[in-house]
Amino acid sequence: MSKYLLRRTLVSIPVLAGISAVLFTILALAPGDPFEELATNPNVPPEVRMNLRAKFGLDDPLPVRYARWVVSMMRGDWGFSFVSRVDVDTLILQRLPATLVVLGSALLLAILVAVPIGTYSALRPYSIFDQVATTLAFIGFSLPTFFTGLLFILLFSIHLDWLPFIYRADIGATGWRWYWEHLRQAIMPVAVLGLFQAASMTRFMRAAVLDVIRLDYVNTARAKGLSEATTLVKHVVRNALIPVVTLVALQVPGIFGGAIVTEQIFRVPGIGSLLINSILANDTPVVMAVTFIFSCLVVASNLAADLLYGWLDPRISYR
Amino acid sequence: MDERELRTLIDEVKSGRLSRRRFVQTMVGLGLTAPLAAQMLASTGVAQAQTKWTFNPTKRGGGGIVKTLWWQAPTLLNPHFANGTKDQDACRIFYEPLASYDPDGNVIPVLAAEAPSLQNGQVAKDGLSVTWRLKKNVQWHDGKPFTADDVVFNWEYVMDPATAAVSVGPYRDIVRIDKLDSHTVKVVFKSPTPFWAAAFCGAATGTIIPKHLFQAYKGDKSREAPTNLKPVGTGPYRFVDFKPGDIVRGELNPSYHVPNRPFFDQIEMKGGGDAVSAARAVIQTGEFDYAWNMQVEDEILKRLEQGGKGRADIVAGGNIEHIQLNTTDPWTEVDGERSSAKTKHPVLSDPAVRQALNLLVDRGSIQEEIYGRTGIATANFVNAPSRFVSKNTKWEFNADKANQILEAAGWKRGADGVRAKDGKKLKFVYQTSINAPRQKTQAIVKQACSKAGIDLELKSVTANVFFSSDPANPDTYSHFYTDLQMYTTTMTQPDPQRFMDQFTSWEVSAKDNKFALTNKTRWRNEEYDRAWKAAETEMDPVKRAALFVKMNDLVIQNIVVIPVVFRPRVAAISSRMRDVVQSGWDSDFWALAYWSKQA
Repeated sequence: MSKYLLRRTLVSIPVLAGISAVLFTILALAPGDPFEELATNPNVPPEVRMNLRAKFGLDDPLPVRYARWVVSMMRGDWGFSFVSRVDVDTLILQRLPATLVVLGSALLLAILVAVPIGTYSALRPYSIFDQVATTLAFIGFSLPTFFTGLLFILLFSIHLDWLPFIYRADIGATGWRWYWEHLRQAIMPVAVLGLFQAASMTRFMRAAVLDVIRLDYVNTARAKGLSEATTLVKHVVRNALIPVVTLVALQVPGIFGGAIVTEQIFRVPGIGSLLINSILANDTPVVMAVTFIFSCLVVASNLAADLLYGWLDPRISYR
Repeated sequence: MDERELRTLIDEVKSGRLSRRRFVQTMVGLGLTAPLAAQMLASTGVAQAQTKWTFNPTKRGGGGIVKTLWWQAPTLLNPHFANGTKDQDACRIFYEPLASYDPDGNVIPVLAAEAPSLQNGQVAKDGLSVTWRLKKNVQWHDGKPFTADDVVFNWEYVMDPATAAVSVGPYRDIVRIDKLDSHTVKVVFKSPTPFWAAAFCGAATGTIIPKHLFQAYKGDKSREAPTNLKPVGTGPYRFVDFKPGDIVRGELNPSYHVPNRPFFDQIEMKGGGDAVSAARAVIQTGEFDYAWNMQVEDEILKRLEQGGKGRADIVAGGNIEHIQLNTTDPWTEVDGERSSAKTKHPVLSDPAVRQALNLLVDRGSIQEEIYGRTGIATANFVNAPSRFVSKNTKWEFNADKANQILEAAGWKRGADGVRAKDGKKLKFVYQTSINAPRQKTQAIVKQACSKAGIDLELKSVTANVFFSSDPANPDTYSHFYTDLQMYTTTMTQPDPQRFMDQFTSWEVSAKDNKFALTNKTRWRNEEYDRAWKAAETEMDPVKRAALFVKMNDLVIQNIVVIPVVFRPRVAAISSRMRDVVQSGWDSDFWALAYWSKQA
């Protein structure tokens, strides 16, 4: 297994190198200029802009710039934001907690909703409950998060005036009020993201349980006289979770992608909104760092999914 | 309008027959800035009217938190590196300039003890120097005193090319700054400088940073200064926390130099999102108290305002949406560039065609149907009382007249309805950036032009590309590789001198200067150049204003550009806020220390 892990890790190095080269080239070829706003301001002399471009090495040829990026990346230097004049890793670390809190809670919510509902639907296929759950699940994953997000804002913030729709990472309160305010503002983004994932996860869960429940060992367990609850938890759900877990692992990068839009709508100061703002401001080092992190996530979660699969299902061997 | 007429107007203000505000508005209508108008009045001895605050507290603080929303988030907190107004505004919470500009363009002292003027002798008669007396007992947030050394240091800091400060513009005209005593500085200019306020006034270029924290980080090391992210200023609020691209927080400065101010205990400036939802958060739900730059259709603003929790506050500034007419030929390549200054536009060089186009832009409908309160037809050029109007700056919408002019000039309609002469057709490409109101404006102009036998091909470019400074991209506004183009040019800077650069012959945008210079229309006119140079050193504000009016007239007479609408500044303000006065010439936070809120 460790040999397999080593080989997979080595293979991912050229993959990541290739991804970074493509990303860098596309970003360099894309139109736009980080000092654009200075260009349209008649108060700023053009020399200042030229000077800044030279200082940040924007006028060097593409291969030189790429080589410089690779070398500093190896040394653990993520680069320097043109727009904020701060190191990129500081920026990302500042944004990470908000993203992790929102994504983590959303994932948790999705699992808490999807596993019981999916299982119950499978136990009573084509019952009223199953029909309703299926319909809701289809509605859930056909509605994009930016749409449900706006819908939630209209309903809960504007019509009912229950929840704030602007997320503030720093809340000037202490004790219970602090938790309460955080909870209130997190409800909508977490619900939007969590329910979207829960929708497809419910369908996976239902299918997986349906597959397992008809197998002979489940009948054996029942025949042994095990209670229905024990059979369900220890024999059915446990085995049904194997494909679901790997699917969740594969979905993680996708969740980050979905979070970009949701973060923008609710003004959550996470990695996604950092990415959007940096793209709008043509802040290449930040865009490069964030997209590179996303591609690392894709590679890593693929690997994790493969490893998890083998760990959960001992019949699978690594070669 | 010439100098004599201007003087008559000023006399009317003096005798009280014309209100101060009306005078300033008229001058803005003529293409001048309010600060320049205010300077004209000040120089002739008309007293300044101070902004009056409705709320006069007897103690500092007690107002809780004020929450403001900027849909573009601030990214850094060093005013000399500000990428845009969002950064300047964020810096203005903590830092202050020597003086600010109020809505009428008056110079209002902040860190200065009084505003310099010719009358009090602080502005030299020859325009070669200005003396600033600084307020005493002003402390930086860390308790160190603010002195003349800080002012001198700011100039040195900005002037070091390795610092790469974006605020360098007005500081380059300074030869040296003499420290007369601990709280007096004399700023000496290279040449007579009529607009002496540019360097140390206003949030864009005037804010002062502390010497004791920045002197070790001048030049190459400027980006390593820890104070770049943790400002220590003199402002009404002290720094608490900053996350680039997200939020800035401050708390009351207990030793602020204005007694009993500020009112709020905390301030928060949240960034990000979009303009419409920012407007909602202030006007509709009341979650926030203030939101900046409401680029939202007036119809939506009006609907939100019905709830009564907030309002859109509209104040005149100097932004003009205008159409530029190319003077050069965008379709012929000379020395590797199109729109080369060596060529002449084959069709637009005919004044008749320019006049016809000017008659075909229906500013009235554009204001009414597209912009509402957020874009006022530049009728200001004519709507002011008739004696203010210069003869050649009329605008009207008249397709019949356009037809007559074209007919008389020999442009005959062809079989396809498009006019032509000597085998050249009246077909133009009209470009702008992608932005809903602009596309609607394009459609209105195209429709009117087709009535007069002019065929317009509409082109829209993503704003990111259109406004980029990439010398290799032919679709930018600075390349101007089409016949017509439209965008908003900002005249936020208090003095029109730099703004009027854009029609001088030495500023022609071309391949040699990487299209970085400001004259995009490539129009050249000796008379204009002379007037511009004269204005640069003219010390009498009234004579100088007359020169700017003349420059403005030349541009309009020759139809170098067709102004469409003025775009005022729009902010969303909660109805509970008091004394939130916007100035079109300074940061939104220029009077932050005086803001308060009803319980």
